[in-house]
Amino acid sequence: MAERLNVNPTRMELKRLKTRLKMAVRGHKLLKDKSDEMIRRFMEFANQNKALREQVEVQLKSALTTFVVAKAVSDDAVIQEAVAMPSRSVKIELDSQNVMSVEVPLISVKASDEGDKYPYSFSGVTAELDNSVEVMNGLLESMVKLAEVEKTCNMLAIEIEKNRRRVNALEYVMIPQLEETIRFITMKLDENERSTIVRLVKVKAMLAEEV
Amino acid sequence: MREGKIAVVGDKDLILAFKAISMEVFCADNKDECETIIKKLAKTHSVIFITENLAEQIDSLLAKYKTKAYPAIIPIPSGGKSNGYGMQGIKADVERAIGTDILFNKED
Repeated sequence: MAERLNVNPTRMELKRLKTRLKMAVRGHKLLKDKSDEMIRRFMEFANQNKALREQVEVQLKSALTTFVVAKAVSDDAVIQEAVAMPSRSVKIELDSQNVMSVEVPLISVKASDEGDKYPYSFSGVTAELDNSVEVMNGLLESMVKLAEVEKTCNMLAIEIEKNRRRVNALEYVMIPQLEETIRFITMKLDENERSTIVRLVKVKAMLAEEV
Repeated sequence: MREGKIAVVGDKDLILAFKAISMEVFCADNKDECETIIKKLAKTHSVIFITENLAEQIDSLLAKYKTKAYPAIIPIPSGGKSNGYGMQGIKADVERAIGTDILFNKED
């Protein structure tokens, strides 16, 4: 049995509590609907996240393997020098979108065409390095996409958890408490009314006896 | 719409590969070094890739950045093989949201 609120059993209090209960029930329903929809959206993102991560991990592995090969076939200093001065810089554009009133990131790679893809002279290094740079360049887009989706998943998961706490607090604490208090006040008021009637009847009987 | 920067944090061998495609790279060897770098990068960069073995060590720090949209700190496998830390992140998210892991269980 939920604990009742510490209020005076008056008609005004009863009216106030009834409005609060109505509001709480409405809020509970809305939040529950929100929770359902958020979970549906979250599952979409989570599936996408999983697929993307698998893909990126496989690709990255192969890219890094080719890079290791490239490093093995040529001198360490040569590789260091080759990649030391990138000819172009990676730019990303940031935006945010609203998923169930959660501000999630929206990231896109800004394609920069200026500057050479290979920041070194071909004569200096082996073809293996070219390969790995090629693969890594292709990987960039999916990595940024992964960042976006994974962050969205993180934030949605946190929001769903918060929302669930709210729903539970309403369902198991607030609403039972309000209902219990309303019941208590109604009973108290009824009891008052009955005692008034009894008193009146008694007074009337006493008056009748006197006459 | 605004512009952002990408950073990669990892060990020396790995980050060279990212440097080749003109990302900003930062070398970190141990936990403390990594924490200071991440704290600094969080202010300037919006997407940070960090290798799984390092991410695992500074788990509690990364958790702080999860609530905001930026920066997005994403673990990536280092070297030849993934140790599953990234996948565990997804799993933890699903468990947090649904209460049970329905994404990975069905395959086992």
